[in-house]
Amino acid sequence: MGDKVLMKGNEALAEAAIMAGCRHYFGYPITPQTEVAAYLAKRMPLVDGTFLQAESEIAAINMVIGVASAGKRVMTSSSSPGISLKSEGLSYLAGCDLPALVINVQRGGPGLGGIQPSQSDYFHATRGAGHGDFHMLVLAPASVQEMASLVFKGFDLADKYRMTTMILADGTIGQMMEPVSLDMGEVKHYDKPWAVTGTKGERTHNIVNSLSLLPEELEQWNFKRYERYAEIEKNEALYESFLTEDADIVIVAFGVAARVARNAIVAARAKGIKAGLIRPITLWPFPKSALKEAAKTAKAFVSVELSMGQMIEDIELAIRCTRPVLLCNRAGGMIPTPEEVLAKIEKADRIGGEN
Amino acid sequence: MKRVTLFAGHYGSGKTNLAVNYALKLAGSGLKTLIADLDIVNPYFRTRDSQTELDEAGIRIIVSPYANSNVDVPALPDEMYAVTDDKSYHCVIDVGGDDRGALALGRLSPALREENDFDMLFVVNFYRPLTRDWESALTVMREIELASGMRFTGIVNNSNLGQLTKAEDVAATDVRARELAAQSGLKLLTTTVKEELAAKTPDSIENITPIRLHFRGDWVIY
Repeated sequence: MGDKVLMKGNEALAEAAIMAGCRHYFGYPITPQTEVAAYLAKRMPLVDGTFLQAESEIAAINMVIGVASAGKRVMTSSSSPGISLKSEGLSYLAGCDLPALVINVQRGGPGLGGIQPSQSDYFHATRGAGHGDFHMLVLAPASVQEMASLVFKGFDLADKYRMTTMILADGTIGQMMEPVSLDMGEVKHYDKPWAVTGTKGERTHNIVNSLSLLPEELEQWNFKRYERYAEIEKNEALYESFLTEDADIVIVAFGVAARVARNAIVAARAKGIKAGLIRPITLWPFPKSALKEAAKTAKAFVSVELSMGQMIEDIELAIRCTRPVLLCNRAGGMIPTPEEVLAKIEKADRIGGEN
Repeated sequence: MKRVTLFAGHYGSGKTNLAVNYALKLAGSGLKTLIADLDIVNPYFRTRDSQTELDEAGIRIIVSPYANSNVDVPALPDEMYAVTDDKSYHCVIDVGGDDRGALALGRLSPALREENDFDMLFVVNFYRPLTRDWESALTVMREIELASGMRFTGIVNNSNLGQLTKAEDVAATDVRARELAAQSGLKLLTTTVKEELAAKTPDSIENITPIRLHFRGDWVIY
């Protein structure tokens, strides 16, 4: 482990991007992710990189498409309303099979909403980031250290699968400060023979494009893309377990909600209730097999979310509704308390056996 | 002791926590105390998080009406002029981070300079990534002076790694803090440590101030 520094989540992810070889950042300020831009405005010039404050979020995501087409690592960041604006570009990135890293430090919505933390863009990130059939790889950090490590991993996955990786953080993880080790290891390099880098008269033109004039061809592109998605679902799902081996009640929570849930689980255990946590680190692919496995012995599940209940649908799908799934949630910028989670665990413990 | 004490420094150096600690200390010694949060940068972690404790100590809090709310308006409250208008108070000013945050101080600096009864303390945490050595800390110091129109009068070494700080982490920064003092021509007034570490800190470090960490939220421990 290298020297520790004390960083904000937003700063840690910005520094990790530089360490991962990203030298192009395009963005537009919005709370609670502004520190990403502020940090990179200072750092990029020192590493001969490009920091550009675009005229809008839409302009920024289109600049990302340009740099990604040239085969370079590139990043943009925003918070919920700004991510909505980028949606068209996210669809084009998928249609062009381009690797890119997009950060969403979520705040309460819908609409302008507020600046306090939220997880209510779960549906957007995992299902509806734009028009057409596509997925993004979605990573959910739960600590400042993970803000750094998942950025590193996110760039890697993006290059490996020629896809957009979205870091789906929340305002709390973006704003909080924790010690971080920035010892990230080696940067993996990927050949990008498809990149638009100039033929130098030595090869045919590369074309990066999402338009197909033939429906038969466009269908094949979609089929191929989904073969890749199937491979990712098989190989890349990540999660962390906490006290699940003997758990009657399994909490599923990501990001800041998982931190709250851990405190509640410890409290529940002290009261004699066997509670445990599955924390999805990848939201797409969702760690379905871990949940299916847990459903064999658990009585009930509790989904803890900073939304009106979005991930709960993936939990129910993963376990095929074989166990009751309760929702413990706050919305609009509020965070559930450990006491609220504990109350829900106790309720799940009461009703769990009835299923 | 001066009537007004300003805490300024790099973004995330721990100014708010230090300002709250200092205000509670002043009030505890019987002084009529006011704390003004002039942060126009930070959206979440603010003086208001410690409101109950400050209220109980009888400290007047001046803070933007929008702090900790759902709107992002970098507004300063008109009430902040009490700092220079009402001299019956001992004032603690929590300045926003970096030169950008210190810009807001320009509104008060002419009156503060005219009265000339203030200390402006440079708060430094050598574990922050952009102030890891005395050179970069000195650059930030000069940038803040330029933006605020005020000169620093002393240095507080507030180096920490949050809740996980150990006594040796603090001790390891002492050389840098002394060098910053020598290079800037300012006095290293004190080195802060968490209360529970005060006894474990080596004697070679002079003028230790034990402080309490004020945190918001149940999700901090992980």
